[in-house]
Amino acid sequence: MAEAKSLPEDVSAAEQLLAEGDYVAGRDLATVIFLALHMGRPLLLEGEAGVGKTEIAKVLAATLGRDLIRLQCFEGLDLASAAYEWNYPQQMVAIRLAEAEGSGSKISDSLYSGDFLIERPLLKALQPHASGPPVLLIDEIDRADEPFEAFLLELLSDFQLTIPELGTVSADEPPIVVITSNRTREVHDALRRRCLYHWVDFPTLESEMKILALKVPGLGEELRDKLVTFIHKLRDEDLFKQPGVAESIDWAHALTQLDAVTLTPDVVDDTLGSLLKYQDDIARIRGSEAARLLAEIQAAA
Amino acid sequence: MRETSRIADNILLFCRTLRQAGLPVGPGQVIEASQAILKTGIERRDDFYFGLRAVLVKDPGQSRLFDQAFHVYFRNPRLLERMMGLLLPTLVTEEDGGGGDATVRRLLETLAGEEEPRGDEVVIEVDRSGSYSRSEVLRDKDFEQMSLEEQAAAKVLLRNGLDMLQEIPTRRFRPDRRGRRYDLRRSMQLMLRTNGQLVEVARKTRRCRPPALVLIADISGSMSGYSRMFLHFAHALSSRQQRVHSFVFGTRLTNITRWLAERDVDRALAHVASEVRDWDGGTRIADCLERFNMDWGRRVLSGRAVVIVLSDGLEKDSRARLEVQMQRLRRTADRLIWLNPLLRFDDFEPLASGIKAMLPYVDRFLPAHNINSLVDLGGVLSTGPSTARRHAA
Repeated sequence: MAEAKSLPEDVSAAEQLLAEGDYVAGRDLATVIFLALHMGRPLLLEGEAGVGKTEIAKVLAATLGRDLIRLQCFEGLDLASAAYEWNYPQQMVAIRLAEAEGSGSKISDSLYSGDFLIERPLLKALQPHASGPPVLLIDEIDRADEPFEAFLLELLSDFQLTIPELGTVSADEPPIVVITSNRTREVHDALRRRCLYHWVDFPTLESEMKILALKVPGLGEELRDKLVTFIHKLRDEDLFKQPGVAESIDWAHALTQLDAVTLTPDVVDDTLGSLLKYQDDIARIRGSEAARLLAEIQAAA
Repeated sequence: MRETSRIADNILLFCRTLRQAGLPVGPGQVIEASQAILKTGIERRDDFYFGLRAVLVKDPGQSRLFDQAFHVYFRNPRLLERMMGLLLPTLVTEEDGGGGDATVRRLLETLAGEEEPRGDEVVIEVDRSGSYSRSEVLRDKDFEQMSLEEQAAAKVLLRNGLDMLQEIPTRRFRPDRRGRRYDLRRSMQLMLRTNGQLVEVARKTRRCRPPALVLIADISGSMSGYSRMFLHFAHALSSRQQRVHSFVFGTRLTNITRWLAERDVDRALAHVASEVRDWDGGTRIADCLERFNMDWGRRVLSGRAVVIVLSDGLEKDSRARLEVQMQRLRRTADRLIWLNPLLRFDDFEPLASGIKAMLPYVDRFLPAHNINSLVDLGGVLSTGPSTARRHAA
């Protein structure tokens, strides 16, 4: 892991930081990240699937030289898997041992100590780390349910966690919190208020070309231009699920694997599955529609 | 130093303008906005803009309103004076920035003021295309007070039908003596109380919750007699603990969930009546269902939602498109129930092409012409098969 670095001093430095991590970001995203770092506030990122929300947290951790702690949300996520759990089998053993030694009356004091505590991501994020406060990524919060959101409120406003048997654990220095949501459910207003908010949009044509140049170096320049233009045209179509940046990268990889030199209707039809993930969408684009879009690109070139 | 305080004043006034225009900006956010600007500095206009936006906008629907307000506020000082006039103490009603178009309209109303703009003033170009459309029949509709009879019926409805809604098991647990699973944490605590003797193993069982409901009501001319009653029904449901999303459509789809959250039913419905612009006009069912599938389906149908559509199915759009949209809706919803007021006629046969297109895709097809039939609906929801049709969407 790289040496822990200090936080960027202004918005331009934040932009620079993201660029170092090979993340192509606009000035708007850099501003929000800069503010989140300096105001010590969680960052709530919303956007379509595959626009690089999770990647932001990873890049921050890597470029700042911090540990990344990731909590993947799911329905029914509870304290035991998000924050902490007591190690019951070990506690049982400790009780039996104490009984055998005849010190049973004292055991209740030590049974709920740090020795028997299993730390889960949220608690880990509050503990001191050698490389400075870690980056806590709470991924896909929309998959968790409302009770979990309510629980997060306490954690995110005070950066402390109350364990009834042990007391309150609070962070000396608050972690850098990044929360992502795909909007399969609206995140509650109370949680929004505690966060700095940013809607991660699809990148512009120029940015997406930069992204592909960074992520798929083997891709020819001509093919890259056509590919990105094609994807941008696709996003204007009325699709059920528009392809994200992750899909563009997948598609670029697929095309390099197939040694494609340029986009032809056949190549597009064969590889459409790496770009569109719903049968309705594929059926709509495959064949004549794809050929039409390609012809438009040819005409413009 | 003077400079700084002038900026702080401007941020404060800007926040008040936003609030006036319907964006929920609290005092805490005003302070945060000032802090944010101290950090980003004001050397670059875009940093100033993005800095304020990071703190003040909490929802993608709000960013358009913010953008308009920002450009108007920080470009045109004369407008500022006029807005100062508007900031005189007035009763601000609680509103939120839910729907994008509605909020922009509110901003327009806030900025419009009483007087006509003078000739030498900069003309503010605000894109109104999303807010109004000439081709649509735009009529406001007055809701009368709910009659006593209706009130009584609604209460019966709530008591009888909906308390028995078929519940869905969640992944959370509650203590239960006869539960199947062991609750290790509580067992351990019990052991400590008895000095390490295992007297009783604590058990737990899954918690259940009512399913999420999505109501989609047709408010076109042919449905005018029923839509009001259905809105009462939707409001009664919304005031419960359950997750309910409500939509209405005529020629376009409107999400009315936030307005129905108002406690008082008459105020809630008045709010809906004034915000929805396509009462009693034509219907475009296929278009509206398509908008629902594209824009809202993934956001409100998670967690095994039951979708209830109220419509007579008298559709002018093409049948093929309607079928595609119904198919998609059926695949994403856990259960799809269609309420059709035409069903009260005994000799009703589904002949209209819209009805034929929709019928194959619904799980239940029920009458809905008075409160009683909605009570019946409560019964259906509580007894319907819980077999989750989980098709890949």
